[in-house]
Amino acid sequence: MRVTGQPLTRTLLDWLRETKHLTGTKEGCNEGDCGACTVMVTDADGSRSLNACILLLPQLHGKAVRTVEGISAPDRTPHPVQEAMVKHHGSQCGFCTPGIVVSLAVAHTNGAENFDEQLAGNLCRCTGYAPIIRAAEAAKDAPVPAWMVEDLTALDGLAKTPEPYMPATSDGLAKWYAANPDATLIGGATDVGLWVTKRLQDLPKLAFLNGIEDLKQVDVSDSHIRIGAGVSITDLETLMTAHHPSFAAMLRRYSSVQIRNAATIGGNIANGSPIGDGPPALIALGAVLHLRRGDERREIPLEDFFVEYGKQDRRKGEFVEAISIARQTDDLKCYKLSKRFDQDISAVCGCFYISVEAGKITKVRIAFGGMAGTPHRANHVEKALVGQPWSETTITTARAAFAKDYTPMSDMRASAAYRLEAAQNMLTRYYHESQGTATNVLEVSA
Amino acid sequence: MSVGKSHPHDAAPLHVNGQARYIDDIPTPANCLHLAFGLSRIAHGDITSINLDAVRAAEGVVSVLTAGDLEHDCDVSPAAHDEPLLATGTVHYVGQAIFLVVATSHLAARKAARLGKIDYAEKPALLTVDAALAANSRFEGGPVVWAKGDAAGALNAAQNTLSGALEMGGQEHFYLEGQAALVVPQEGGDMLVHSSTQHPTEIQHKVSHALGLPMHAVRAETRRMGGGFGGKESQGNALAVACAVVAAQMGCPCKMRYDRDDDMVITGKRHDFRIEYTVGYDDSGKINGINFTQYARCGWSQDLSLPVADRAMLHADNAYHLPDIQITSHRLRTNTQSATAYRGFGGPQGMLGIERVLDHIAGALGLDPLMVRQKNFYNSVKSISGKNKQAEVQSTPFGQDVEDFILHELVDELVERSDYQARVASIAAWNAVNPILKKGIALTPVKFGISFTLTHLNQAGALVHIYQDGSIHVNHGGTEMGQGLFQKVAQVAATEFGVPLEMIKITATDTAKVPNTSATAASSGTDLNGMAVKIACETLCARIAAFLAGQHGKKPADVRFADGMVMVGRKSFSFAKAAELAYQNRISLSATGFYKTPKIQWDRIKGRGRPFLYFSYGASVTEVVIDTLTGENRILRTDILHDAGASLNPDLDIGQVEGAYVQGAGWLTMEELVWDDKGNLRTHAPSTYKIPACSDRPDVFNVALWDGVNAEDTIYRSKAVGEPPFMHGISALMALSNAVAACGDRYPSLDAPATPERILMAVKRQQAEV
Repeated sequence: MRVTGQPLTRTLLDWLRETKHLTGTKEGCNEGDCGACTVMVTDADGSRSLNACILLLPQLHGKAVRTVEGISAPDRTPHPVQEAMVKHHGSQCGFCTPGIVVSLAVAHTNGAENFDEQLAGNLCRCTGYAPIIRAAEAAKDAPVPAWMVEDLTALDGLAKTPEPYMPATSDGLAKWYAANPDATLIGGATDVGLWVTKRLQDLPKLAFLNGIEDLKQVDVSDSHIRIGAGVSITDLETLMTAHHPSFAAMLRRYSSVQIRNAATIGGNIANGSPIGDGPPALIALGAVLHLRRGDERREIPLEDFFVEYGKQDRRKGEFVEAISIARQTDDLKCYKLSKRFDQDISAVCGCFYISVEAGKITKVRIAFGGMAGTPHRANHVEKALVGQPWSETTITTARAAFAKDYTPMSDMRASAAYRLEAAQNMLTRYYHESQGTATNVLEVSA
Repeated sequence: MSVGKSHPHDAAPLHVNGQARYIDDIPTPANCLHLAFGLSRIAHGDITSINLDAVRAAEGVVSVLTAGDLEHDCDVSPAAHDEPLLATGTVHYVGQAIFLVVATSHLAARKAARLGKIDYAEKPALLTVDAALAANSRFEGGPVVWAKGDAAGALNAAQNTLSGALEMGGQEHFYLEGQAALVVPQEGGDMLVHSSTQHPTEIQHKVSHALGLPMHAVRAETRRMGGGFGGKESQGNALAVACAVVAAQMGCPCKMRYDRDDDMVITGKRHDFRIEYTVGYDDSGKINGINFTQYARCGWSQDLSLPVADRAMLHADNAYHLPDIQITSHRLRTNTQSATAYRGFGGPQGMLGIERVLDHIAGALGLDPLMVRQKNFYNSVKSISGKNKQAEVQSTPFGQDVEDFILHELVDELVERSDYQARVASIAAWNAVNPILKKGIALTPVKFGISFTLTHLNQAGALVHIYQDGSIHVNHGGTEMGQGLFQKVAQVAATEFGVPLEMIKITATDTAKVPNTSATAASSGTDLNGMAVKIACETLCARIAAFLAGQHGKKPADVRFADGMVMVGRKSFSFAKAAELAYQNRISLSATGFYKTPKIQWDRIKGRGRPFLYFSYGASVTEVVIDTLTGENRILRTDILHDAGASLNPDLDIGQVEGAYVQGAGWLTMEELVWDDKGNLRTHAPSTYKIPACSDRPDVFNVALWDGVNAEDTIYRSKAVGEPPFMHGISALMALSNAVAACGDRYPSLDAPATPERILMAVKRQQAEV
């Protein structure tokens, strides 16, 4: 369908509920944290779950949306997931249920069976989740219903009218942004969406980047991995599984499936958050940032991009085009610390790249999020480590250097003292882990 | 028989396809107006000026009201008449409503509400227990003290004594559906109020009061809530009253729903508590005397704080006989959200106090905490009754005899089912070879008193219609918030009439159908309303039986209702046919039912009497692992055995137990409310306030119901199940404490919520001791 007469910042959720009177999709938090608004969005890359509350209408250009109302067949035959949810008592108050059903139906369509991960972005306050997982398990072997895989065909013949605020190439974006340097660029809107729904900000000039295919390119050569700014966190996680699995494991705890499907690595970097989880890992990998303004391009070490809190080395009209990292052995460990394991913002995120040869530390890059106003390298700690023997004594000495690198703050996520202590302990953990000691609570069973 | 079967939730087919309707889903007329509150930005002070020009000028704004614009007294408190809808001169917390925006859309109202310019003369804000104590800022004059026996004497005579203190945080309800109300004006100034509330009669009462109307002019209706947990017992009043006042002024339908952040900033939460204790005990761990001091942070208004604090005192014993005890309770007034009802209603806080004491004693004596717990249990129901009576009935600190105590047997069975003893040993062995990670395990029991402590609330009404086609329509005073109340009550009706469940329909709770309802709270929903419906059904069955017996020359007692049939001697009719015949013979097919809980009486000032009809029981074992480098932790396994009496619907009851456990464990682990030193709640959204997510449920999660019946004559001898299992979450905290204890020699005294930070700091204290 063609949507007209709507502000560019109209969320899919408001449009569904208020304009289309499709009230099955619920508003639980209006910030992408509870999943009650989960919808299925399909394009040529497949079907994904997304949070409708922070999805702005232009982001859906040329895509198909299926809400909970469409999870059952047109003749109302229930989807296997719906049947199982009823049978296994997966709903109590029922308010989170539409979102849970959509998340599970998308997982079912895509053959995903890691249900804890698939549902990390769907909060339920009633059931304790156990019956929901029983339902998911019960439904997983049922065939995918025919109506769930028709969405792509529905897109056939839909005219994709170009709009100035939706550039189709990075060249087009470069030109437009140079001419409109005061505009807000929107990748996945997982942050900007909240400017709309929570800060209630008016955003007079916008450009939506999610139609730019060349920004979504990944190039893996013998020497480098180049990641386009528009690559989603979901796709980055897949990419990193092969190269730096600890980074991939941390990305699996980067918010939720819905958010990772929307969020881009370019956005994660460009918004300059001191607590984003992408930058510390990328800095520890020695990443280089590719910036572009008009036809002018430059490359800087990622760590130099973050000047201070709220300030980045980005000129007016300049945007993040890509990030690249050298191919290297995998000596990276990423530790994300938060009150809740899944879908929580890091109190401390520590990323350690430590190479040891013949018992000596040859190369060190350590970067932290949550410890300063920007993602920040631990220069003093690195200095205390490099060239030293890989031993408990070295670690003990290096721990003292943390206080020179960081003066963290206290907030609702953690106190300064805890942040510093935990950061030091992460180095200790890296060491113990390298010695084969069990250090990961996620790997323990009763 | 329909009761005893695990029918799915009656609305489940609607839940899963998005057809279940909540307040914000109700189709509204095009002229519906939307409301939002302008909130106080300071914790305490006098308003010196209000400039709302920008608010009035904002796009979509139709009207803006302050306290002076309200025609009648618009109090929205549930008890003490101390909560004006809009602040009158003084503000008492960050988030208090000062003005009300009326606009053409929800978004326009929210946007405009931020444009108010308000000046204040700030006053000192009391934010903490210590600040309130220092200022003697409290409710009820002084502390409430209940005593039994001679605590001081017993403490003096005890072999050992120890003292300690425990801080426990509050808890945000985080019902997935935020507070919401929709008011549609009717002819002649009457009002129809749709409210997401656990207490429709309260909504009706507050709205009628605010409009200066008799209660019969206001009808409150609640089909369902998207979660309540106590948070919708009183906190919906403000929205319903606001909508009604504007609807009356402007003659338009009005809707108000809080944005999540506003909801968390405005509404009350679980009371946080500090509990101090001094206990005397012998070398076996048996308690001789005990002194508790409970400090409840109640917030700015009284709300339900007095009965909450009472219930904390009423559960200070949990499952343990404490003959010599004194409990002192401070109800402190602070400049924060007014703490309110939350599942357990103070019970969890009181219970956590005594569980900490037993854990502490075990730690001090180097004994197995389970053994110490068992040693202090009340005498079992078996030991105090029957021919082989070996022991006396013991009474609670408030003087109620404990006559139904089953925890000896229940815990023994749980120990066996969970393989507790072997796991204690294997955890010790595991810890010995793991320097960084440590496991812990704990078994804690629950004994929870069932009945409203305000005795007159223990009543319920029902209205049952049989239509001439045999279909049955039921209404009762309880509200559905996900707990499955409607289905359980429908099962009662289906059983009484001997018909399939499909023949019963329960529709929205409606103050015009059943009047003077009590809140659906205190776990009482099924006990009270199930019984009221049963009584109404019995009336109807008796009428039909008398009629059919008369027609066929039988006695009414010969008429049976079963399998969809009505049998009169050898003759049988379908239920529908029986209804049709009764109708044609002018037999009334509509009846009310009324129930009041027997046996209870209670003097809350003295702290003496029988506040509860019976106790619900259960026990849980939790095993955890912690990381001593970061404090990160996981629940590895949980086993629960819970007493729901003769369950009306075992799967729904198990669902309550599973959900309650995860919520209870969330309260004591990751859910942390943080206020800054200006009284701003810093955790006002799910981005910063973390309720358990899917992967936080125990890896292994075994929940079973105890095979037993209620000793009291409740609805089919079932037991209430809403709140009691919440307190199984205590075993998660005690297991974490047990894991921390493995890092040193002393008792960890772990506060709640046991976030990674608190655990790491406790570990460091342990290690410093070594």
